[in-house]
Amino acid sequence: MSSGAIAEPAAATAPSRRPRLSDRSKAERRLAFYLVAPAAIVMIAVTAYPIIDTIILSLQKASLDQPGKNTFIGLDNFGYVFKAHLFWMDLIHTAVITVVSVGFEFGLGFLLALAMHRVIFARGLLRSIALVPYAIVAVVAAYAWQYSWSLDNGGWIPRLLGLSGDPLSHQFGTYVAIIMTEVWKNTPYMALLLLAGLSLVPDELLEAAKIDGASTWQRFIKITVPLMKPAILVAVLFRTLDAFRIFDVIYIFSQGANNTASLSQLSYSTLLERLNLGLGSAVSVVLFLIVGLIAVVFIKGFGAAANPAAGADA
Amino acid sequence: MSVKARQRSGWSLAFIVVVVVSLVPVFWLLMLSLKTPASATDGSFIPHHWTLDNYRDIFKQSVFTAALRNSIGIGLISTALAVLLASSAAYAIARLDFPGKQTILAVALMVTLFPQVSLVGPLYNLWRQIGLFNTWPGLIIPYLTFALPLAIYVLSTFFREIPWELEQAAQIDGATPFQAFTKVIVPLAMPGLATTFIIVFLICWNDFVFAISLTATNAAMTVPAAIAQFPGVSQFTQPIGDIAAAAIVVTIPVMVLVLLFQRRIVAGLTAGAVKG
Repeated sequence: MSSGAIAEPAAATAPSRRPRLSDRSKAERRLAFYLVAPAAIVMIAVTAYPIIDTIILSLQKASLDQPGKNTFIGLDNFGYVFKAHLFWMDLIHTAVITVVSVGFEFGLGFLLALAMHRVIFARGLLRSIALVPYAIVAVVAAYAWQYSWSLDNGGWIPRLLGLSGDPLSHQFGTYVAIIMTEVWKNTPYMALLLLAGLSLVPDELLEAAKIDGASTWQRFIKITVPLMKPAILVAVLFRTLDAFRIFDVIYIFSQGANNTASLSQLSYSTLLERLNLGLGSAVSVVLFLIVGLIAVVFIKGFGAAANPAAGADA
Repeated sequence: MSVKARQRSGWSLAFIVVVVVSLVPVFWLLMLSLKTPASATDGSFIPHHWTLDNYRDIFKQSVFTAALRNSIGIGLISTALAVLLASSAAYAIARLDFPGKQTILAVALMVTLFPQVSLVGPLYNLWRQIGLFNTWPGLIIPYLTFALPLAIYVLSTFFREIPWELEQAAQIDGATPFQAFTKVIVPLAMPGLATTFIIVFLICWNDFVFAISLTATNAAMTVPAAIAQFPGVSQFTQPIGDIAAAAIVVTIPVMVLVLLFQRRIVAGLTAGAVKG
């Protein structure tokens, strides 16, 4: 709340520095509590219980096919995870897919945002069509691209590129196809977040710089980008965290074959296919620690204004 | 003049590229769905033998029709509940002064960014113990959780732009805060509610992680999970035509929403994420 402004009514009538709550503001607090409680309870119950359960299970030897026989084994599961070659490989796969796809999404998303910002004719149509990949079901997107890439299924991409072997039969080809699907699906979202930032750049400022002789590139780097910094950081942060938990696209493409499994895949298959709750939970804990770490690095390191308070106070 | 013309043709080119790239994979699926099984893998964009058999085929299979019913039902119920709970929370956040407001928003943000796979194991376990595994509520509850944060963000942004003098006027005329909310604010908030409804529905419609882990049969399996488990003619062949047809069917509502409500979706997605 702004405190420097011309005093708000409540503050103006307050008798002391720490005013007792008036009946009205007590009623307001009570109302707020009732209004927020249902949503807060659902969010916290459905996430807090599994998180706590996951942490407890990660410290136990626990298997779904032997219920009631859990034994506490301390950090052994984590030791096992960190010693497993598979974990490090899947961590690398996830990191490669995240960094490469977010990189492309950022570059292409910026161009798309500029196009959506500047194109004058059929603006609504352009935005609608650009939204199709965002809104389409991820599984559908994955099938569409898988059938496009697979030589065995008569895909058009290998024909277009004149490939004789099936690109989905080896790691590199599968990587390219998965990343392309991710980029296709998520660039529109990135572009929309950047577009919101672009609309905050005042045209007068760009005009003034133009009159002063700044080139298009200079205007972009010296004016547009700095003013968009908060939007850029939020867009890249959101997409990075989202990309890091990639699951469905890889599941449809390869079920993690050709060495493309992600950490989410590892966690899922350990939990629900091998029914090893303890080990699977340890992988989950590591996954959300990494996600948390990425968020902290972004927010502390780059000062990303992913701070919801920025919105609340506006 | 020539610079302007060149710029214009540049943007026209960009326009065409965006349209082609966005639509080609969907077009490819559509064409696959209209090919006969024998010609499905012939690699041509335009089918040599047009057929609707794939569509007839999937609508004859209970796997698909049940999944479609589940997707629609679960999607609509989750969305309605999420919008209801989120609108009351967003009203409080936008309008009332209370401690813990920032905490709520921070928790909501953390929930959205949380890796869903991490929740799947414990939920699977718990749902089996309490009988929610493979039921509608078993999917609605997690969908609600992941839809609420976004819904709260989008709605509280919209709610801040409502002319609140009207609420005060209603209160001066004797309405309680609750009446002022339901009688004055809700009608004004309809555009924001509609936007939130569309975005939340798309999220629920889209989910795969929960659907594949927390359901097992026609009782609750949604379309994305069902498509991924379509039985092939043999173990080694994928029923490409059926998958393509099913994929097109679930894409139709998405396309309709996007074409009709493009403006709202853009406003909603940007409102939720970046402010100032």
